Amino acid sequence: MNNLIKGEKHDWEMVIGLEIHAQVKSNSKLFSSSSTKFGSSPNSQVSLVDAAMPGMLPVINKYCVEQAVKTGVGLNAKINNYSVFDRKNYFYADLPQGYQISQYKYPIVGEGKVTIDFKDGTSKDIRIVRLHLEQDAGKSLHDQNPSKTYVDLNRSGVALMEIVSEPDIRTPDEAGMYISKIRSILMYLDTCDGNMQEGSLRADVNISVRKPGDEYGTRCEIKNLNSIKFIKQAINYEAKRQIEILESGGSIEQNTMLFNTSTGKTRPMRNKEEAHDYRYFPDPDLLPLEISDEEIKSIKSSIPQLPDELKNKFIETYKLSNYDASVLTAEKQISDYFNEAINSDNTLKNSAKIVVNWITSELFSLLNKNNLELNNSPVSPKNLGQLVKLISSNEISGKIAKDVMEDMFTSGKSAREIVDEKGLKQVTDQREIEKVIEEVIEDNPKMVQDYLGGKNKLLGFFVGQAMKKTKGKANPKMLNDILINKLNKKN
Amino acid sequence: MKIDKNTINKIARLSRIKLDDKESEDYIKDLNSILEWVEQLNEVNTENVEPLSNISSSILPKREDVSKDSNSSDEILENAPDKLEGFFAVPKVVE
Repeated sequence: MNNLIKGEKHDWEMVIGLEIHAQVKSNSKLFSSSSTKFGSSPNSQVSLVDAAMPGMLPVINKYCVEQAVKTGVGLNAKINNYSVFDRKNYFYADLPQGYQISQYKYPIVGEGKVTIDFKDGTSKDIRIVRLHLEQDAGKSLHDQNPSKTYVDLNRSGVALMEIVSEPDIRTPDEAGMYISKIRSILMYLDTCDGNMQEGSLRADVNISVRKPGDEYGTRCEIKNLNSIKFIKQAINYEAKRQIEILESGGSIEQNTMLFNTSTGKTRPMRNKEEAHDYRYFPDPDLLPLEISDEEIKSIKSSIPQLPDELKNKFIETYKLSNYDASVLTAEKQISDYFNEAINSDNTLKNSAKIVVNWITSELFSLLNKNNLELNNSPVSPKNLGQLVKLISSNEISGKIAKDVMEDMFTSGKSAREIVDEKGLKQVTDQREIEKVIEEVIEDNPKMVQDYLGGKNKLLGFFVGQAMKKTKGKANPKMLNDILINKLNKKN
Repeated sequence: MKIDKNTINKIARLSRIKLDDKESEDYIKDLNSILEWVEQLNEVNTENVEPLSNISSSILPKREDVSKDSNSSDEILENAPDKLEGFFAVPKVVE
């Protein structure tokens, strides 16, 4: 695979690392009992702790800690028995404390890795540096009033997991696959709802470019991207920008960038007078967080089957390709759907590949067109299983099956009902097909002559005519065989 | 470590505190004498001693994940100098 970008003088390679901020799925905030519900009226879920009133003390949410440990296990990472909460100091209108409680030197989770799978069957490991727990800040609205910024503290104090990767990513696509994989793991674990639109999952992207084999170049950080599409766009734009500067003899200034989603361009955040000086120090209001091996063990035992395990199970049980299996396990709702469909009839086990194809091509495109989630699919897994059974037992042709599928989607009826009602059963009766073909041959003497004279392409014409006469119901293979046979006999 | 004029200006800026020349001089003197005093600790041999992040021997208390409905906006905004429809209104912060 060629991951390089053509430059004026030589090729360039991108070096990318991601910091993913995932909101912990919990009822209450990391250090207070305020609700974490999304979309409530402004400042309605703000306790005196979240507003940083004098004398308020943080008390940690046990469940958020367990969620972080679970996630660490899902990332194949080391769980640290000892971690420390630090204060990261900076002033901003939506940060009432004047500092964010985060983890600096001693994070709760250490080194791990996740695997991404490519279409060509290969895969690649992306190493994780760490995962730490921290508070979210409030939300600022800058565009409502020319001279004011409006601040909502509902999000202030909500627990976030920051997941930091090594700079192992080399292309925008890999970055997209990496964040999809993390999202999938989080959703299987139920530790984050994965909703990128609501900001439950967002990423900062670090990117530099270099001549292949060289040392890392100077990097820029693009802040706060909340969709995979924007992540890819931002990387592409930023890499191009850096290459242009370097090729015209300039040098990259390490900078924090913002991505404008309407122009597709990155621009530097206004340079702060001074480089960041967060003055991290251990939060004197919080004791170190200690987790015993027993606790870690008990959390581990509560973890459901993860995408990679499930993927391997699918490959082994159903002889699926690595890529097919990874598509099925990309989201829990997809693997659940597949499981239910394939288990709805015990003959389907041998048609697993067909089941996958019908889910990932026909069903997905219908859902897409109608803006529906798989969870709300009008075609139940059982009905899809039945459809595949009708195909694999030769009762209906693949072409007819497409129409049946669309009918199932709009009417909600089962495949069997539709096939019976409309008389779509495939014609496999040898004599019936022969009769139709004889008619076609008789009706088109000129074409037959041309065909026999060497115009082999005309075979398609005869197939089409015969299919039309059977309303598409003839078994295509039988039809083909009989047709060739009959035509050749004319010779 | 010695606190000089540059350092005191940096600390003041980070803390968003405005100091005049006289105050700067006073703080330089005060902070230096505090640091000198603390530096006595360097005389103690701390090799093989784990850093201590807290003097308490108790363990971190944890709460269950139960959310309390606070419906807090009136109370939280009570002292805000400026507000609008449930939001704090602050001088424009432009990025």
